[in-house]
Amino acid sequence: MSLHVLAVDDSRTMRDMVRLALTSAGIEAHLAEDGVHGLEVLDEMTPPDAIITDINMPRLDGFGFIDAVRAREEFRSIPILVLTTESAEDMKNRARNAGATGWIVKPFDPAKLVKALKMVTG
Amino acid sequence: MSDPMAEIRASFFVECEELLESLQDGLQTIFDGAGDSETVNVVFRAVHSIKGGAGAFGLDALVAFAHRFETALDDMRAGRLAPEPSVLKLFFSCGDVLADLVRESREGLPHDGARSAPVLTDLDVLLGNIPTPEEDPIDFEVTTLSLDLGDGLLDDAPVATPAWTIDFKPRAILYANGNEPQFLFRTLRDLGDLTVSADDTELPDLHHLDPEHAYLGWRIKLEAFVEAAGIREVFDFVEGLCDLTIAQPLAPVPEDGFEDLPDLARLQRVEPVSTPLMVPMPDPASIPAPPPQTPAPRATVRVDLDRIDRLVNLVGEIVINQAMLSQSVAAAGFPPNSPVRTGLEEFQQLTRDIQESVMMIRAQPVKSLFQRMSRIVREASATVGKDVRLRTEGENTEVDKTVIERLADPLTHMIRNAVDHGIEAGDTREVSAKPREGTITLTALHRSGRVVIEIGDDGAGINRAKVLKKAIERGLVPPDAQLGETEIDNLLFLPGFSTADEISNLSGRGVGMDVVRSSIQALGGRITIQSEPGKGTTFSISLPLTLAVLDGMVVSVADETLVVPLNGILETLALTQRDLRVFGPATHVIDIRETIVPLIDLGAELGYREPLEDYTGTVVLLIGQEDGLNAAMVVDSIEDQRQVVIKGLQDNFGRVPGVAAATILGDGQIALILDPVDLITHANGRTRPFAARALPPSQTSPTS
Repeated sequence: MSLHVLAVDDSRTMRDMVRLALTSAGIEAHLAEDGVHGLEVLDEMTPPDAIITDINMPRLDGFGFIDAVRAREEFRSIPILVLTTESAEDMKNRARNAGATGWIVKPFDPAKLVKALKMVTG
Repeated sequence: MSDPMAEIRASFFVECEELLESLQDGLQTIFDGAGDSETVNVVFRAVHSIKGGAGAFGLDALVAFAHRFETALDDMRAGRLAPEPSVLKLFFSCGDVLADLVRESREGLPHDGARSAPVLTDLDVLLGNIPTPEEDPIDFEVTTLSLDLGDGLLDDAPVATPAWTIDFKPRAILYANGNEPQFLFRTLRDLGDLTVSADDTELPDLHHLDPEHAYLGWRIKLEAFVEAAGIREVFDFVEGLCDLTIAQPLAPVPEDGFEDLPDLARLQRVEPVSTPLMVPMPDPASIPAPPPQTPAPRATVRVDLDRIDRLVNLVGEIVINQAMLSQSVAAAGFPPNSPVRTGLEEFQQLTRDIQESVMMIRAQPVKSLFQRMSRIVREASATVGKDVRLRTEGENTEVDKTVIERLADPLTHMIRNAVDHGIEAGDTREVSAKPREGTITLTALHRSGRVVIEIGDDGAGINRAKVLKKAIERGLVPPDAQLGETEIDNLLFLPGFSTADEISNLSGRGVGMDVVRSSIQALGGRITIQSEPGKGTTFSISLPLTLAVLDGMVVSVADETLVVPLNGILETLALTQRDLRVFGPATHVIDIRETIVPLIDLGAELGYREPLEDYTGTVVLLIGQEDGLNAAMVVDSIEDQRQVVIKGLQDNFGRVPGVAAATILGDGQIALILDPVDLITHANGRTRPFAARALPPSQTSPTS
């Protein structure tokens, strides 16, 4: 059974690239444009195997989005990877404090993204 | 389309345009004092997203610059940098450089560092940065997980592989963040042979078991040719969330030394511990979700322009075809309420709706054009050392994309003129009790089926005495010419006027305005000037909404069928003896509601026939334009009023005075589409327009 992954990013280019990376690895990609939209999409789909999220987004940023996801019982253990240009240590820590499982630094290597996804989803 | 990456790259540049637009918008809003923290966020994200995408495509120059810009914006976002005018002006310049870099990246051009260098220096000064060795390259390096190990390495190994010992004891937060030890082990297994033993010594009995506490630890033995860093990388996500020791392999361990520890099957059984724990994380800088003031963008589709052009052409064919049908139906003599006639009327309505919808596809707000102009103002005012701001109005007015593209050059020209010649120097302005800062206002609006773009400045206005003097010196008008104000203003459009080198010293205008006018005319548009000494000058450009279809009146003159654009016709009337006046030996004018309007005999003007002896009873079209100049154009008869598809003549015949384009009528006949105002300007012979009488015959037409 193929993996289902929700990717949240406000940049269309980045969404396109994530989708390309995921679909070429046989992973089904669901996309959302910001944190609020991400929560909406999450409500409408069967729970994904993992979530990838950007940090800087309008309406609800990545930290807020992770908070909101983790606050819900059914998503407490869902792996969340943060996709960010911020490779700085404090960014990683903030993301982790918010409940992120791991992070991928942009620009991402598609193989690395898929590998990281496979690792956190088993 | 075949290469998905090329497609994404193309869409990245489209996205960049949008981001640059919202960047400009945001900066302008902050500059106008109407920005809030979300505006700063929008600006930051725009630059941030450009950086992110640019990184993905390896556009290093773009990434490096965007990163510096973003750092400065982050300071503003964090409140370390106040949005002062000087700061914002620098940010505007950064936006300009960023736009250049985007364009250069898209076109594969090298970046001219000379332009961005001063901006970067200013940024450094602003941020109080001592340029340190850049961390940027490290920030954006693609750090691939080196999880693969060459198989060959293992094959070549002559002896047993070294064995690593890893002690791994998760803390509760590891589970809370969605990590799963089992998956880590699985990844480790890809590196080499793995033996995992659980340490369950801390595991309490079932009654005391807290499912949200982490009790288990593992000792892992990994037999693999791998660096410590390679192993550490597997634990990258959980570092800090567990106790981890990775012991160097001392020697290859031939045998499993941990048989006394539980096996993997046991390990699986103890799994429930991995039930994650929700740790309430106080987020110090917790950002509350802002009210959804930015409405989600409407869903859009990106379409190749060629496809739309093809659609536009096809719709043009439908319009022609429909006209053909109407003509045939009329010829066949069906009664008015017959099903054929009714059906045809519905068909006509549908055709018109389709055509309008198709035109809407190509319509775009003039916003992007106006934003480009704000940059021109910034650059031009910096060059001449004046303080000028641009105000825009009606930037959401939509016009055909082609029209917008072809407006850029004329507008640039006029804006530069306004900054250079229209707006006075700051000191002069102060003397005239004006604010030091000059204002250029760019307005777009729809007016009676056309779009009107106005470029106004609050400068000194046209110095008509100087303009006239110059024109006389240049021999463009005779020394004794008596010209009205509008006529003097229009001298600026004469080719001879603009080519003068010393003209730029003149306080009036004129550099290249002949070129501006011909580009506007090529778009089927017209340009007029209004100027008031001391108050400023406004140029109005009136343009058709689309370059494809127009509403026209089909007229016949000397057995020729011609089309006159409907928007130029104020009214039509049949002349009576009472309307006609004779003016001079061979010129007629008409008196319509006590306004004297020159009479133009179209058949004579176009050379189809001699002027008529008597104009009583003929049909005239009253032609008007923005500045109110009117003429009455005599035609033999009015045939029809309908939409015609514009077929350009310029590619084949160049510009023909008085003729705008051609069209194909329903019966396959080709008809010329006239440009009535141009025709009036060029009118000569025995029905010379009244307005031109001020000039002697050799100077009748300013552009001839």
